[in-house]
Amino acid sequence: MDTRIDFYPTHQHGAYKLRPGRAFPFGTTLVPGGVNFSISSGHATACTLVLFEKGAPEPLVEIPFPDAFRIGNVWCMVIFDLDFERIEYGYRMDGPWDPAAGHRFDKTKILLDPYAKAIGGRTLWGKPPDWNDIYPQRARLVFEDFDWEDDRPLETPLADLVIYEMHTRSFTAHPSAGVKHPGTYAGIMAKIPYLKELGVNCVELMPIFEFDEFENSRPNPLSGEMMYNYWGYSTVGFFAPKAGFAATGPFGMEVDEFKNLVKELHRNGIEVMLDVVFNHTAEGNERGPTLSFRGIDNQTFYMLTPEGYYYNFSGCGNTLNCNSPVVRNMVLDCLRYWAAEYHIDGFRFDLASILGRAPNGAPLPNPPLLESLAFDPVLANCKLIAEAWDAGGLYQVGSFPAYGRWAEWNGKYRDDIRRFLKGDDGMVPVMAERIQGSPDLYGWNERGPTASINFITCHDGFTLYDLFAYNDKHNEANGEQNRDGGNDDHSWNCGVEGETDDAQINALRRRMIKNALAILLMSHGIPMILMGDELGRTQRGNNNTYCHDNELNWLDWTLRERNNELFNFTRQMIALRKAHPLLRAGEFFGRNGSPADIIWHGTQAWKADWSEDSRALAFMLRERDAGQGGNTTPVLYMAINSFWDALPFELPHLPIGYHWHLFANTSLPAPDDIQEPGQEVLLDENVRSFLVGGRALAILVGRPQSQT
Amino acid sequence: MSIEVEAFPRDGMTVVVVRGEIDGSSAPSLQEKILPLLQDGSALVLDLGTVSYMSSAGLRMLLLLYRQAAAHNGRVALAGLAESIRDTMEVTGFLKFFTVANSVEEALTTLRQG
Repeated sequence: MDTRIDFYPTHQHGAYKLRPGRAFPFGTTLVPGGVNFSISSGHATACTLVLFEKGAPEPLVEIPFPDAFRIGNVWCMVIFDLDFERIEYGYRMDGPWDPAAGHRFDKTKILLDPYAKAIGGRTLWGKPPDWNDIYPQRARLVFEDFDWEDDRPLETPLADLVIYEMHTRSFTAHPSAGVKHPGTYAGIMAKIPYLKELGVNCVELMPIFEFDEFENSRPNPLSGEMMYNYWGYSTVGFFAPKAGFAATGPFGMEVDEFKNLVKELHRNGIEVMLDVVFNHTAEGNERGPTLSFRGIDNQTFYMLTPEGYYYNFSGCGNTLNCNSPVVRNMVLDCLRYWAAEYHIDGFRFDLASILGRAPNGAPLPNPPLLESLAFDPVLANCKLIAEAWDAGGLYQVGSFPAYGRWAEWNGKYRDDIRRFLKGDDGMVPVMAERIQGSPDLYGWNERGPTASINFITCHDGFTLYDLFAYNDKHNEANGEQNRDGGNDDHSWNCGVEGETDDAQINALRRRMIKNALAILLMSHGIPMILMGDELGRTQRGNNNTYCHDNELNWLDWTLRERNNELFNFTRQMIALRKAHPLLRAGEFFGRNGSPADIIWHGTQAWKADWSEDSRALAFMLRERDAGQGGNTTPVLYMAINSFWDALPFELPHLPIGYHWHLFANTSLPAPDDIQEPGQEVLLDENVRSFLVGGRALAILVGRPQSQT
Repeated sequence: MSIEVEAFPRDGMTVVVVRGEIDGSSAPSLQEKILPLLQDGSALVLDLGTVSYMSSAGLRMLLLLYRQAAAHNGRVALAGLAESIRDTMEVTGFLKFFTVANSVEEALTTLRQG
């Protein structure tokens, strides 16, 4: 029985029954009998709610907000008896058109609610849109009644994470994926057993906030194939999951499908991290479309030059004004919403340095947004990871304002490991920093190795296979005469550019891939693996595949058979990391509370060669008390030879009663390249030195011999 | 959207045949027609073999019915779901909350055992 008087309308507009709404929360909320609509603009003079029947070309009704329904800068209204499943809504905002002053109001445009929780218009991936639609991407209403049962974010300690960076569509769009719903959230769900077998415990999804794959879409000048805004680093709506990534998107159930994916991943011990893009929006610069923010409150939402043009610190036309108090609140609302409503475990912030800029673009010493996120109660246990640079030249790896919370994509880790692997001079000293969690970057300000997200490859740049198959980028397919994409790949093709039948070169490439994965998973800090690197995925030398909905991005699952040795190697390396807490300590070795030390060696034990032309480095990880007083913790030893010829590494002494066992040796062909942790091969008692092949590495475990 | 409901007793249980599309506009009347059939401890088979479309609101109505039945110690089974509806229920997580059978016969057997 309806027992409250506010379940009943007080006002009327034609056949529609209304009541003054509640200002909070912004966006739409289903309330008894109706829907609460709330939107703010600091400079609009009037606001009209526009309702559509789903998909209809013209509005069903337009309801101007009565004066009495405005509180401060917020218009809010409850409408009763809406068949909310069949409704789409937008707003018209009236106000000044004065670009020099930053205002671009245009009441002929129908605008998307920045807080829209579901967005129609692109619900089936790749379906050509109606370019004449007066309101192409439309806000919809959602049920927020998902049954999570006992689920909540997993709160896996940061030090224990093994992150897998992936694109929702790319993961299962390839026909070889063999899933019922290719390229969708449901597709990921079907592949959970694969992720578990690999052993990763966190998936980082490239953007899943609603974007428009047709933004700047165009036929490829070479092939005629359509090129899309495929990766999705261009947000249309910050509160809505990409409907075109949902098998049920055409039925408007993307919210449930995505929540169910998160729940199922959690049930399998896998966290979900979202790659979020708050640095710019899909509206571009002054020549871009007016979809939402520009027409609602341009001066508030964007960083503008004194002349009213758009600052472009993102390289994408505009820059979201993240440290204006209004936008800061929106970002906070958004992340809270994803954490609370979707149980998201963490966020990776694209071009996060922009989030530390003032409205005039100047970097702030104490950016209020970053501080708010770090101390927010809802986000208290969420992982916060910064891509600590932007396209405006701000580079903050090691100095991103952290507040004891923020981790960073360690771009220096990527560059240094690559240079060492390909054999550059003078890399041994810096390798020592990277392997122990980059204390040169994070050894101050109460940060630790968990501030360092270690990666050698990510979606930007070469895949791991291509890193050792191409000296140069080959981006012709992007249609920009190979001008796009980075030029600092630090890659090495192992002798031939691209694919080859040369068995020796192919063996070397496999070895280099294994070397890279082994270093990544032995390093202190948080490892991140790029989707498919465990299978030798190639992008044919393209280091910027942002626009391709084809095999350049899709994971080819037949690689599982062809490159099973890479899969197995990766899986065992992850298993080793899991088996040895030494590899996952939250403190730098030898410091503070760390019970363990890292001891550097070279080809001579206890004597690392730090010289300019040194290409060999070995290290031993051990608990300080290992071998004493009943402490039988294993000791780990890794010898890396980046020289072209084999080198003998003198082995350091072990605690009494310990014996050397071989876990991995990348110079050996599979299956002898790696063992299951715990099943390592016992070395002869008299071995004092271990020969590591050219461009190879070995991992040894010292432990008391198991009783057999 | 019109929705038709026909109920008849079978082996001490009730089979409810639903015809039409279940969405936000038809769900309330469907719920109104089925609720009275949920007596204490009753067993209900919803034959959805001729339901061609079920929206998000329709699924929620079904789950509501299911939970209302459980609150009255009753049991509900769904029979004859179209593949597309079953798919949607599966990927959105709804399916696992229900007892589902391929046919009315199978549903009756399941409920009898349950």
